[in-house]
Amino acid sequence: MKYKDYYAILGVARDAAADDIKKSYRKLARKYHPDVSKEKDAEEKFKEVAEAYETLKDPEKRAAYDRLGTYQPGQDFRPSSDWQHDFSGGQFSFDDLDLADLFAGLRGGGFHRAGGRRPDMPLPGEDFEVNVRITLEQSFHGTMLDLDLQIPEYDAQGRLRRVPSKFKARIPKGATDGQRLRLPGKGGKGVSGGRDGDLYLNITLAPHPLYRVSGHDLYVDLPLAPWEAVLGATVEIPTLGGPVRLKIKPGTHAGQQLRLAKRGLPKPREGEGDLYAIVQIAVPTVVHERERALYEQLARESAYDPRAHFQQETRT
Amino acid sequence: MTFEHTEALLLDEHGELTIVELTECSGLTAEEVRELIDLGALVPTGRAGAEPTFPAACIAAVRTATRLRRDFEVDTRGLALALTLLERIEALEAELRSLSARLPRRPRLTP
Repeated sequence: MKYKDYYAILGVARDAAADDIKKSYRKLARKYHPDVSKEKDAEEKFKEVAEAYETLKDPEKRAAYDRLGTYQPGQDFRPSSDWQHDFSGGQFSFDDLDLADLFAGLRGGGFHRAGGRRPDMPLPGEDFEVNVRITLEQSFHGTMLDLDLQIPEYDAQGRLRRVPSKFKARIPKGATDGQRLRLPGKGGKGVSGGRDGDLYLNITLAPHPLYRVSGHDLYVDLPLAPWEAVLGATVEIPTLGGPVRLKIKPGTHAGQQLRLAKRGLPKPREGEGDLYAIVQIAVPTVVHERERALYEQLARESAYDPRAHFQQETRT
Repeated sequence: MTFEHTEALLLDEHGELTIVELTECSGLTAEEVRELIDLGALVPTGRAGAEPTFPAACIAAVRTATRLRRDFEVDTRGLALALTLLERIEALEAELRSLSARLPRRPRLTP
């Protein structure tokens, strides 16, 4: 079993008063709670903090933790036989046990299922939430996700164990950023006839090199050469469903949004979002002699003044 | 070839939940759910007079409420306030995402 220094995680001294432990926990919770924090790795950090507080806030668990002795964080150790005698009420292997699991099952001098409830009382399994990142293509087509999770479960001795749970989950098409999904019965196992917990998925979309997403609508930049914008053109636009041809009207200007109806992400129940192509005027950075001559001729002959309004609007 | 898989259910405005289902998936008590309704943090969709129902999208909010209650020991009024603010933040973030999706990127330099 790997040692964790719960006092160091909470930033308190080993002899800190219960009140100081609570204060420190509250401060860290505000900083790292995944529901309110924007800190990097907030979720991981909060888990550590919550685990440390779970043990140190309870005088019995704190005493048991103190009696383990001190080790370096991450150092492998086993509780002494005295400790096992006093707290776990028997010998068993600690090798595949996590420190948090050890204390989760501990109450009043021995291991009890979920804290001393009657063994025949049905107890629903725990719900879990995981964040999953999918690609835009996966959202477009729907996808089969391979999930590989560690689900805590109580064993016959009432100890908490992490049991690997591997399965496939079908994500319906059109699941976009912020979409939440529920997998009934895929959370923790219910005990004594209690219902199995559920698994919740929070979807985020991986950034795409081409498309930007707003709900079920997509945006793509469409660079046009100056002459294409002036004369009009037919261009090929890549969409998630394959390339489509788009007619560019003569006199198209930068910033114009050209809507390609129903070429966005499918909506889960019905319909599709749209794809918007945002026009940009792209200019070549290198021009050859002949091209330059043509531009120069154009500059001489064109009467077009793109800044005519400057003068009008500053005249007072 | 067949293999076992689980269908993930979308939690959106189309699914409907009763108070009992909402308490089951959140761990809040029915009384707490009613308090959150009274405080305006949860808005039922059912017809007036009938047993209130909730859009399935509510699940995210009540689960957040459960976590906040557990991890910060806040009371129901504090929860209601936090939920309202979190909802606003989520709406603003969605708005921000959608606005930034509309912003053209710097044109790529091509020779």
